Parts: sequence; structure tokens; C-alpha cells
Amino acid sequence: MKLNERSLAFYATCDAPVDNAGFLHKRGARGAGSHRRWFVLRGNMLFYFESEASREPLGVILLEGCTVELVDAREEFAFAVRFASGRSRPYVLAADSQAALEGWVKALSRASFHYLRLVVHELEQQLAAMRERSPANALPTSPSPVSNLRPKENGRAAWSVLPEKPTAAPQRPPLPPRRRASAPNGPLASFAQLHERYGLEVQALRSQWRGGQAGLAGLEVWHPSSSGGTHTQDQP
Amino acid sequence: MRYNEKELQALSRQPAEMAAELGMRGPKKGSVAKRRLVKLVVNFLFYFRPDEAEPLGALLLERCRVAQEEPGGFSISFVEDLSRKYHFECCSQEQCQEWMEALRRASYEYMRRSLIFYRDEIRKMTGKDPLEQFGLSEEARFQLSSLPRDGQACIGSQLDVLD
Repeated sequence: MKLNERSLAFYATCDAPVDNAGFLHKRGARGAGSHRRWFVLRGNMLFYFESEASREPLGVILLEGCTVELVDAREEFAFAVRFASGRSRPYVLAADSQAALEGWVKALSRASFHYLRLVVHELEQQLAAMRERSPANALPTSPSPVSNLRPKENGRAAWSVLPEKPTAAPQRPPLPPRRRASAPNGPLASFAQLHERYGLEVQALRSQWRGGQAGLAGLEVWHPSSSGGTHTQDQP
Repeated sequence: MRYNEKELQALSRQPAEMAAELGMRGPKKGSVAKRRLVKLVVNFLFYFRPDEAEPLGALLLERCRVAQEEPGGFSISFVEDLSRKYHFECCSQEQCQEWMEALRRASYEYMRRSLIFYRDEIRKMTGKDPLEQFGLSEEARFQLSSLPRDGQACIGSQLDVLD
């Protein structure tokens, strides 16, 4: 598959906000040995470089649909980035410290576009609801609401929180149109559930780590496929 | 650059925000427009030969510019070389408009800026940080300071225009 690699490389090294960066040990392709690489997380893409000063990445890991788990490995502070669909072999990475490990696991677990879109949609609805309640508030120009995307393919986007009907005009109105999903337990319940899950997982992890457990075999940060929840992001 | 192609292929099979058969022409001089099934999934634009299951290619939509070309046509180019344009032909100006709107909002960076904007607005109106209840307040990626130091850093100004 062709990919706009030049643009990708540019995105990796430009002044866009970095979501996390640091050295990680990455296991080699055939599991033999590992290399210390400089990793940079931007959005849902995890780039890795030979060194911090490198101008072009060696490679990139698309994170959409991944799960991040702690693993019991020969390396200390190890975790795995695993995909339900696609490759069978996970990326095994190791940080230099407990703090770095925690930071990476948290950042990578929340790196997906799907997750960010859910958060944005949630805030959009909150703001729209507030503006309806107090129209006297000054209304600066808003960004085009994310929720007005009309899902085309298969009738729905991956997250079913999008409203049924799109807005009429492409122009941004001063007051964003209020859209509530028709289901009473629509987006709010989904997001709250999702966030609850994240929150509990991070809390559980924290108490485990503080207990100083060395072997954390099989402890999963978030495995949507095993949770039985409706909104999962790694369905093919 | 190495990348996890299988995951990218799997992503191309997911439900899309937008999908349509469009005319597509690559950036090389003298390239001819061909019919392609074009599919927008998160911040990737996949393109397929109309009757094939595997995509021919994908464009990551970060740091891109979407521009109207001729009526019913638009282009995508990237900040590092804006003259290299991927051209798309739609069946109507209305379809063209729809695609341009969707593509402009399709980047992670756009999402992030929207989030920062909404957070700021809600905070101004209520005095409370809406990200607190989600435990996301301290995330570096959602701070005002994380916005790039270009002209788009000003909150509320043309957030749908990418650099």
C-alpha cells in the first residue's frame, strides 16, 4: 500500500505538539535482542528514531485500534502494544523507569482518534446545551462541529454517538445547532462508561504498581474485546 | 519508513465517515484522473480501485491543505510542499463541498484544537474545567500551551483552516 511517507516524516519532526517522547527499548523483528530508540507520540502515530537527533524516523506504529498491556518479559518496565486485527505479534517495548512506563501506558491507551473524537463530541454537546440555556452569552466563532459529520459508509461511523441528521448548511452558524442523539442513554452514557473503564483501569494499575509487584503478567490496561462493551475500537 | 501495514489495511476496512467513487489524479505531472473508491477513516484517506478490497494507498491527513480547484473539484496537498497536489473530481459542487468540510475536520490536530477551544469556552462560562470529571485536565496535549506557535494559535480564530 502506498503511503504519503514524506508527509508522514514531516509530521513526525515538525513543531506540532508532541504527546509523549522518550527512549524505549524495542524488541527486534525476530525477537532477538532489542534496540534503544527515541520514540515520539503524535496523535495516533508512534514514531521511532535511531536517536533523539535523527531527522527522519526509522518507522511508525499506527495506534488506532490497539490495546496496551503490561507484560511479564525479560526486560524490566515492559509493555506490549497489541492489535486484535492485522498482525498477530505485538510490539514489546520497555521503558527505563516505573514512572516512564506509567506515562507511556497511559498516553498510548488514550492516543486513538476515536477516543479523542468522543471527548470532543462530549464537550461540544455540553457547550451547545449551555448556550441554549443562556443565549445572552457572547458567541465567538466556533469550529465546525465535529458531530455534524454525516456517516456514509455502512450507515454509521465506528462510534455510534453521531447524531442522525446533519446540519443543513455548510456555513457555521453563530449558535451551534443543538443535536442530541435520539437514544436517551446515548453519547453521555457511552462516554461515561468508557471513561469509567479507563479510570478504573488506571486506578487498579496504580495500586498494583505502588504495591511494587515485579511480575505483572497478563495484567491488561484495556482490552475492549474482552469487556463485552458495545463501543469498541478494534473491530475490523 | 517502516509501518504496520496490516493495521493500516484493517483500518481501511472499518466503517468510514465518508466514502464515494471520485476521480483521482496524483501529484505527478501528466498523471491522468482515474476512478477511485475514496474512503475517509479517522485521519486517513484511503483510495481503492473501484472493485478491489485492498487499498492502493492511503494519505495521512495531518498538516494538509484542502482547497477548491475547478467547480466540483478539490485538492489535497501537504505543508512541506503545497505544490504537490492530489486532485479529486466530484459529481457536483455540493459533494465537493461536503468532502472539503469533512477533510478539513479529519485531522488529529483539528480535533485537539477543537477540544482546547471547547474546554476554554466551557471554563469561561462555568468557571469549571470540563476535563476534570474525565481525569484529563493535566494532559499536556490538551493545554493551551501545546498549540503550535503559528498563526492558528489564537483560540477561536478559524479553527477549521489548517495551516
